[in-house]
Amino acid sequence: MKGLVPIAAAVALLAAVPLVTQSNVVLNFLVMTFLIALAGQGWNLLGGYGGQYSFGHAAFFGTGAYVTAIAQMHYGINAWVGFFIGVAAGALVGAVIGLLSFRSGLRGSYFALVTLAFAEVLRIIASVAPITGAGVGTLIKLDLRPEAFQFQSRVPFYWIALGLVAVSLIIVRIIEDSRFGAHLVAVRENEDAASALGVNPTMVKLAAMTVSAAITAAAGCFYAQYFLFIDASIAYGPWVSIEALLAPIVGGVGTVFGPLLGALVVRTLGEVTKLMTGDAPGLDLVIYGSVLVVVVAFAPRGIAGVITMLRQGFAARPIPERGHD
Amino acid sequence: MTDPLLRVENVSKHFGGLRAVDKASFTAATGCITALIGPNGAGKTTLFATITGFLRPTEGRIVYNGADIVGLPPYRLARLGIARTFQIVQPFANLTVRENITVGSHLTRTSRADALEAAGVVADAIGLRAQLDKPAAALTVAGCKRLELARALAIEPRLLLLDEVLAGLNPSEVRDLVPLIRSIAARGVTIVMIEHIMQAVMSLAERVFVLSEGRIIANGSPQAIAADQRVIEAYLGKGAAARMMAGAAHG
Repeated sequence: MKGLVPIAAAVALLAAVPLVTQSNVVLNFLVMTFLIALAGQGWNLLGGYGGQYSFGHAAFFGTGAYVTAIAQMHYGINAWVGFFIGVAAGALVGAVIGLLSFRSGLRGSYFALVTLAFAEVLRIIASVAPITGAGVGTLIKLDLRPEAFQFQSRVPFYWIALGLVAVSLIIVRIIEDSRFGAHLVAVRENEDAASALGVNPTMVKLAAMTVSAAITAAAGCFYAQYFLFIDASIAYGPWVSIEALLAPIVGGVGTVFGPLLGALVVRTLGEVTKLMTGDAPGLDLVIYGSVLVVVVAFAPRGIAGVITMLRQGFAARPIPERGHD
Repeated sequence: MTDPLLRVENVSKHFGGLRAVDKASFTAATGCITALIGPNGAGKTTLFATITGFLRPTEGRIVYNGADIVGLPPYRLARLGIARTFQIVQPFANLTVRENITVGSHLTRTSRADALEAAGVVADAIGLRAQLDKPAAALTVAGCKRLELARALAIEPRLLLLDEVLAGLNPSEVRDLVPLIRSIAARGVTIVMIEHIMQAVMSLAERVFVLSEGRIIANGSPQAIAADQRVIEAYLGKGAAARMMAGAAHG
């Protein structure tokens, strides 16, 4: 299938990194980048392709993380099985939130606010409920065996995180080239026109949100397994929702590689500014924020958009013809 | 004579105290072109919206292919073979022309390749072949109107509702589109068209219904309608027909 070759190439390239360096700093940085790319890919499917901008993808990330942890610690379920239960639970939360908001016809900023509210409600519940460890958080018992989804070295984690990113890239690529993908994009562009062509917008958005939530939940499941500790402000915190939408927006919304590109750029930018401004706390965030403002202002289609523009610039581009109105 | 494909029976649509459509009835004979005309604000587009499921009529029945379709959402009606174009064009602006049409051809085709191919065939018929890979946002008004037509045809409808598909076009563009509409009807698609351009109505429609202030005030052949006193008055005001006759007599 066309379009899978660039994915294979990018993944192969990244897979070779541990053969070059096993530095914990590098691998840790890239694992976190992959997690953001994964969470962002989930957001991208719903936001970039479906046009439904969620501010609350933490709801799915956190649910994935907590369900994985709780399944192991309270029910003695194997970590690998727990991972998939976590993904399924995230998808379920996505379906429920989607059903409630899309059936009531929430669009645009209303949808964004409702998703934010759901994520915050879940965060507050997680910070008081006994099963989540309330304010203390949940620890996953150290058990350094591959059967328990725990490893001595970071390298297997690295490859697993990369594998998850690869799967998410392939899923989105396949959707892009399917009837469902065509419907999803049509709904983003114009719901009325789409429904006049036989597309059921509510069902399409609901399906997109379910898959989107599952992908972002996978990032949460992996996070719990990687750090072995989560609490409410990590799992359901607004940082997740922000990173999940920032990566695709910077990288290019509605493109397969947008979230991965964006995650690499945003995370690198974050680290570089932190290094540069070592003794002035907060300055890194100022620079980070300013760069993001500039990117969004001057490259609204993100890095992928800039690349397309440059390409078209080189191939003598005809001036687009405009309508009279 | 066979049953009409579409029968609108005493349909009303009220917005608060406003009766946008008031007990309107009309039929669209199978395989024919029926025109719906009337002054601005007569309720034509509202009537279309009730037929296509975008608005629920306050009262009345809409019978399509023998079944009452009131209450069905637009996407269900599209799947039953009712297609529409929008008066204010609604292209998927960030998609190419081909992708726009493909959304329609996916209705009956699951495979992406089949749908893309079918979109090409429709584009050929509508004269959009050269624009296939252009973004829809780059189309001219005439191009957008053709795209509306192409998308609607891509779902392979039995009934096609055209909402002022000729409005905003220059005379030569109108001359290009009129035979196109005729050829669509010739392929067996039943057409109901809202149109202001009387020349086109006269040459295309077999039957004309006139809507004024939400009511059907006249119907008949285009020639009969053009001479109908009530119709002239609906457009030009009370007494206009008499003044015209008087003017004609004096002149």
